[in-house]
Amino acid sequence: MPAPPPPVLVEITVNGAPRRAMVEPRTTLLDMLREHLGLTGTHAGCEHGICGACSVLLEGEPVRACCIFAVQAEGMSVTTVEGLAPARGALSRLQDAFCEAHALQCGYCTPGMLIACHDLLARNPRPSEEEIREAIGGNLCRCTGYQQIVDAVKLASGQEAAHG
Amino acid sequence: MAEAPRFRYIGRRRRAVEHRRFVTGQGRFAADIALPGLLHVAIVASPHASARIARLDASAALALPGVHAVLTGEELQPEIEPMLPGVDAPEVRRFPLARGVVRYAGEWVAAVVAESRALAEDAAELVEVDYAPTPHVVDPEAALAPGAPLVHPAHGSNAIFRREFLWGPVEEDLAASPHRLSYRVRWSRSATVPIETFVCTASWNDATGLLDVWASIQMPKFPDLLARCLRLPGNAVRVHFDVDVGGSYGVKRGLKHAILVGHLARRLGRPVRFLEDRLENMRGGDMQGPDRIFDVTLGFDGQGVIRAMRMRALDDVGAYAGRSPFQLGKPVGAIVGPYTIGSVAYEAISVLTNKTPQEAVRGFGQAPTNYAIETGLDRVARALGLDRIEVRRRNLIPPERFPYLIPSGTLYDSGDYARVLDKALAAAPFEALLRQREALRAEGKLAGIGISTCLEPSGGNSSFEPLFNPKNTTTTWMDSCLLRVDLNGAVTAVMATSSSGQAHETLVSTVVGEVLQRDPDSIRVIHADSLSALPSNSPVGSRMAIMLGGAAAGAAKRIRDRLLRIAAHNLDLPEEALEWRDGAAVPRAAPERALSWARLVEIAHREFHNLPPGMEPGLQEAFVWEVPGGGGLPTPDGRIQMYPCHSFEAHVVLASVDPETGKVALHRYVVGHDCGVMISPDVVHGMTYGGVAHGLGAALMEKFAYSPDGQLLSGSFMDYLLPSAQEVPPILIVDHCTPSPLTEFGQKGSGEAGYLGGPAAIASAVNDALAPLGAALDALPMTPAAIWRALRAARAAQSAPVPARETA
Repeated sequence: MPAPPPPVLVEITVNGAPRRAMVEPRTTLLDMLREHLGLTGTHAGCEHGICGACSVLLEGEPVRACCIFAVQAEGMSVTTVEGLAPARGALSRLQDAFCEAHALQCGYCTPGMLIACHDLLARNPRPSEEEIREAIGGNLCRCTGYQQIVDAVKLASGQEAAHG
Repeated sequence: MAEAPRFRYIGRRRRAVEHRRFVTGQGRFAADIALPGLLHVAIVASPHASARIARLDASAALALPGVHAVLTGEELQPEIEPMLPGVDAPEVRRFPLARGVVRYAGEWVAAVVAESRALAEDAAELVEVDYAPTPHVVDPEAALAPGAPLVHPAHGSNAIFRREFLWGPVEEDLAASPHRLSYRVRWSRSATVPIETFVCTASWNDATGLLDVWASIQMPKFPDLLARCLRLPGNAVRVHFDVDVGGSYGVKRGLKHAILVGHLARRLGRPVRFLEDRLENMRGGDMQGPDRIFDVTLGFDGQGVIRAMRMRALDDVGAYAGRSPFQLGKPVGAIVGPYTIGSVAYEAISVLTNKTPQEAVRGFGQAPTNYAIETGLDRVARALGLDRIEVRRRNLIPPERFPYLIPSGTLYDSGDYARVLDKALAAAPFEALLRQREALRAEGKLAGIGISTCLEPSGGNSSFEPLFNPKNTTTTWMDSCLLRVDLNGAVTAVMATSSSGQAHETLVSTVVGEVLQRDPDSIRVIHADSLSALPSNSPVGSRMAIMLGGAAAGAAKRIRDRLLRIAAHNLDLPEEALEWRDGAAVPRAAPERALSWARLVEIAHREFHNLPPGMEPGLQEAFVWEVPGGGGLPTPDGRIQMYPCHSFEAHVVLASVDPETGKVALHRYVVGHDCGVMISPDVVHGMTYGGVAHGLGAALMEKFAYSPDGQLLSGSFMDYLLPSAQEVPPILIVDHCTPSPLTEFGQKGSGEAGYLGGPAAIASAVNDALAPLGAALDALPMTPAAIWRALRAARAAQSAPVPARETA
């Protein structure tokens, strides 16, 4: 087996701050965030692009960090779950609604769900139930049956949640 | 309906205290544990279902820079003790790494340790293994046939457990019944498949002789078993329960993972982490669920009242077994479901095959059994031309008969089954569902309504251990809580197990707050490690609301009682003259003389001279609780009190089936649920929604499929399909409360809610939809392909309409 190519420098902006790391070219954005930058809020679920647990915003667009090489994100801006709150110790309206509506249990898919819902609300401030379900259709959750996640997004968008 | 007692905090809406860390990305999962010098593991797995290992050469892998070790079963097995099954089958020994032979495709053969996970995977590809394939068996019925290849020849049979129970005069009752029918149903292999795979990190300290373990576990007795298998004293293994577990619902056992990682950490003197990738998790992670064939005969009268049942359950546990055969044991405690069936014969058979081992899955075997029973109720109705709901009503145990003793020895604590069913039907409302079904049919769709009524045994006892293994004398399955009040009056509760989404910190702080009349949000709950912990049996069997809640209440009552004694001593009043109100000791006759929380705590911590004689200073109390109603061994004929509490659920579903594609859509889903007093309603509802979604997966989508040569065909999320928000419909939960007389607040368990009756109800709806065409399915999952084949077969048989049977 040939020796792996040497590490390369990757510089990205994460949650508004410039970050850099020497990574192997095959390193995924997910592994760079978790293993090199210590941002463990983004989770590995399937590592083949289905479950959405590793979702982050790349240049404002939701992507699967497990299916993007870190080098592909060179020079780009990344938003992770750690960057959703307006200030340290505070919660965004969506994060607050997730807590209020009990939109999570084990918390493992939650970062990816928040990214998907954050993106939805940025595009569509008052989504219907169908639009919410469509937006989180690529994020798998085994705890909630999605009901309270839908409720949370409604709550965050100023709509009465249908179920308690 | 018994009126629920009023509480200050219990049953009120309250944000789960766990949520804040998860929504901000500050959870602490096993893969987040970063230790200096951490090494990573990759697995070399068997590609064959059954083979001899002829040669293993790791030299090329070891030559790769950054590779620290390649461990084989030859090296590992002599160093450790085997993992043994819970049933009496001492020759069915399991080790983390195979030695000499492999028994399923995916079995771990060698472990490569390197400086990064990617490098370890590179090196794993360089490990050369030559195999000589040997005969294999993947079908559980074929495995029982004479001459079948033996998965463990030393055991002498592929039946790892087999017992026939007879509870009452079944043959006489069947013979005397005006009607009888027999049927077969098939529950296929699926699992809870958490989004987090199994992760274990371990670190050994040469100086202290201590192995620290951070693992995503949900497993009773895990630290003790791990220490025993590693040949270490229990106090040399410290399992950290403060790891957040990313979902489990039963399957996160991971003993073999932890033995492997613990051994490697000790051998290499470096911290080691093994993080399963998804294929590893699905194929070699040993987390697949029950895989059963049920053969059932029911005897019933012309009114549809079932008198007797004979059930044979054949469960394919795969190539090795831990607690999996017990998953045929738990249903003994609810073998008649919520019905008045008077006599039962139950044959339970666990079969070894060359497939991935079975592990505990939500409900611990009860959901498949409920599906088998509910199929029978539907068939009785169809056979007599009666309404399915009416047949259930005639069989449901009436409220005045509680506590109700079932033939297999379990006393059901309380229930109001018909009332819960009525509430669910009214909420649907059922008449609207009938109209919608007709409207869907008018559109050319196949449409059906599904019903199920079933039990959720809760309170996680382990009575199936002595029932299924005469050498096992387990009669306690305790749980515990330690409470400390510090000098400044802050309360800390210590629980002794990890959590995987059940909001135990919320549970404990709510309960302690209720008893002490202190704000639950002021109470901190921490997860001990295994060396500082009191005994626990982990959050299995829907037990924590009952057991941890009961232990927390017990410890809090001891604190409260202690403070009342201090107050009585200082006020020179008898204790009976005091009451506990708003966190203070208040004389009933002179409330102005109340001693505040702060004052009482100060006395306990600082003023020995003001303590009652003989009282310990400081303020801490432990409480260890035995499962209520537990403590007994089974009778010779296998009667035993299984779980203490029995929640009830009634599902009502409207489904349609696209006749061209076989795809099922759920249009309305209502579940009536009675789990007694809910401590945290949001948490109970959340688990119920999730259980229904999981049940939908088991009923329609999820299957670990195997090729005839024993290859797993669904090892990724592209072929093992998990329900998304597009498949799971909006779900309406209708609560009812019949308190349990056995628990502190009247609570019952609910961690398996939704899943226990969901698959049966969805299957019932699909079969109702297919019935007009003369098609029927008696196997889960009812995938589009399976439905399409059943429809095609029914159309082909139009001239001689016989219900199609799906056996795949």
